[in-house]
Amino acid sequence: MATVTYAKASRVYPGTERPAVNELQLDIADGEFLVLVGPSGCGKSTSLRMLAGLEDVDGGQILIDGRDVTHLPPKARDIAMVFQNYALYPHMSVYENMAFALKLRKTSKAEIDRRVKEAAGLLQLEEYLSRKPKALSGGQRQRVAMGRAIVREPQVFLMDEPLSNLDAKLRVQTRSQIASLQAKLGITTVYVTHDQVEAMTMGHRVAVMLDGNLQQVDTPRALYDTPKNVFVAGFMGSPAMNLKTVSLVDGGADFAGIVLPLTREQIEAARTGGDKVTVGFRPEDTDIVAASEGGLPIVVELVEDLGSDANVYGHAEIGGTSERFVVRTDRRHMPNMGETIYVKPRPDKIHLFNAQTTDRI
Amino acid sequence: MTTTNPPAAVVPPLQKKSTAAGRVRQKLSSRVATVIAIVIALFWTIPTFGLLISSFRPANDIKTTGWWTFFSDPQLTLENYNEVLFGGSASSGQLAGYFINSLVITIPAVLFPMAICSLAAYALAWIDFKGRDWVYIMIFALQIVPLQMALVPLLRFFSQGTEIFGIQLTPAWGLSDTGLFIQVWFAHTCFALPFGVYLLHNFISELPRDIMEAARVDGANHPKIFRSIVLPLITPALASYGIFQFLWVWNDLLVALIFASGGGRDTQPMTVRLAELAGTRGNEWQRLTSGAFVSMVVPLIVFLSLQRYFVRGLLAGSVKG
Repeated sequence: MATVTYAKASRVYPGTERPAVNELQLDIADGEFLVLVGPSGCGKSTSLRMLAGLEDVDGGQILIDGRDVTHLPPKARDIAMVFQNYALYPHMSVYENMAFALKLRKTSKAEIDRRVKEAAGLLQLEEYLSRKPKALSGGQRQRVAMGRAIVREPQVFLMDEPLSNLDAKLRVQTRSQIASLQAKLGITTVYVTHDQVEAMTMGHRVAVMLDGNLQQVDTPRALYDTPKNVFVAGFMGSPAMNLKTVSLVDGGADFAGIVLPLTREQIEAARTGGDKVTVGFRPEDTDIVAASEGGLPIVVELVEDLGSDANVYGHAEIGGTSERFVVRTDRRHMPNMGETIYVKPRPDKIHLFNAQTTDRI
Repeated sequence: MTTTNPPAAVVPPLQKKSTAAGRVRQKLSSRVATVIAIVIALFWTIPTFGLLISSFRPANDIKTTGWWTFFSDPQLTLENYNEVLFGGSASSGQLAGYFINSLVITIPAVLFPMAICSLAAYALAWIDFKGRDWVYIMIFALQIVPLQMALVPLLRFFSQGTEIFGIQLTPAWGLSDTGLFIQVWFAHTCFALPFGVYLLHNFISELPRDIMEAARVDGANHPKIFRSIVLPLITPALASYGIFQFLWVWNDLLVALIFASGGGRDTQPMTVRLAELAGTRGNEWQRLTSGAFVSMVVPLIVFLSLQRYFVRGLLAGSVKG
């Protein structure tokens, strides 16, 4: 068990200008489950591989438990990694796959046996120990890859999109298994995913990355409630937040004649970004009101009935362009396609962003 | 967003499309085609079969009648084999001893290249060092050099050593008698390396990167990765390279003639002897038939015994996607 620190760690691939990971500054507490999330190519996997020692670090430092491991080979770091495509040793049985790392460390036979059996029990793999990977299903292979990491009892677990090769149902199931397993073992874990639902549900804290830069690190709730900039606001949450850049007028933000009232301080802050402001509100933070109450008129294009509630997709004319919106309604107010509904964001749930810097106001 | 990808649209089972290739394929796997293939195979086997029969016929019969007369007038004898293997006269065989020489030459001349090539191929494929690509290209390009060009320089290298501007760099090896085996091993190994490195490099570099990285994270260093991960996974390639090299060395006459002839019957392989067997004027050619079969036995055994390593799908189940 250990803490992990990225101290302005950078990675620049040879022959490229822009760093794949740019001065990443991140402290991970002992026993924490940290999720690195971002769109593909954002540097999240590179960050993980830098911690694993599979990728060179071109600047800054990486510390595990206060020890500088920046230039140590993977074997000297006491980490275990689960790969996206499992990377099992195809010529070894499940037992040998799990025992491989322990054998290399000259662990005694009895101890190896104990640990492998224990991990196999934890992952329900007992009956498959003598099988080769090719005789296993996708989910079982994934569990073997997990088991290979668990038997190591390492200081840090690294997981690189371990669920992305599973089918949807198995993924949800395994997601909760991994989270509870991590809680039980209490081993510091860094988990990479592009799936924001995984990030929200699994992580103690979530680090959002874009283009090699860390955008925000916080608990899932804080990320959801107070995203630091437009990217985080749009990335976290499904369906995504409605984000529109509109003109600032005296009383607030101008949605095609309908003014969303803002406080004076908010307007002052927004003025620094010019005469526009980016307004965001989550689909569930809206009310459908009567036409007379001055809501935003939205023409319904699609209704996704989720059973408990529904997502309504539609568009509204703002400043001459057609803007798309999503709102969530309960079942009693499910509109029909082509209908016009009037939507009012709840004033206390509005997110405001500087139109130029995209930072939160 | 939950990536609940719908299961990829059900792909219809590959139907026999009526493309040109498909039609040809279908025709080639029809019953008629199979029969034709069998007939061709039989036809191609006839000369070998005739050779086999000839090797058991008395010397006089061989010289006067065709092997097919055997069916009307079956006369068999082991005399030819006895003569080639153990015959006493100077020109008649004594193949038994040469047979051992051939084995002594061939086995190390197969094992050395296999070991060196797989190590070199691993290093060129998976260890990052400066100029790696250039080294590989150079080795690859060496295949162009015909080995006949290297015979004289190599012979000088053995007998006089190398010197540049009068400075002796390596001493003469000064080998004689059974020491000449070392020369042949060395020569065969040199000639085998470019192709072997190329072949095994192709195979080793195709191994999934993730497996290598998983092994590194698990704490394996390069020697360990090579031994525990790479070697087991490239056995099919190693086996085919082994067979190839074995056949090449076993049937080689040129290299042996140049580097091993000095030792006479102590070092010469069977091929050298076989070339002499027929007599200086080809008058004893009944010995060739049995001699040929003696020399064919070993490659057959090697081929059949290594065949079980040609396993497909060794990598199955390792990485997904």
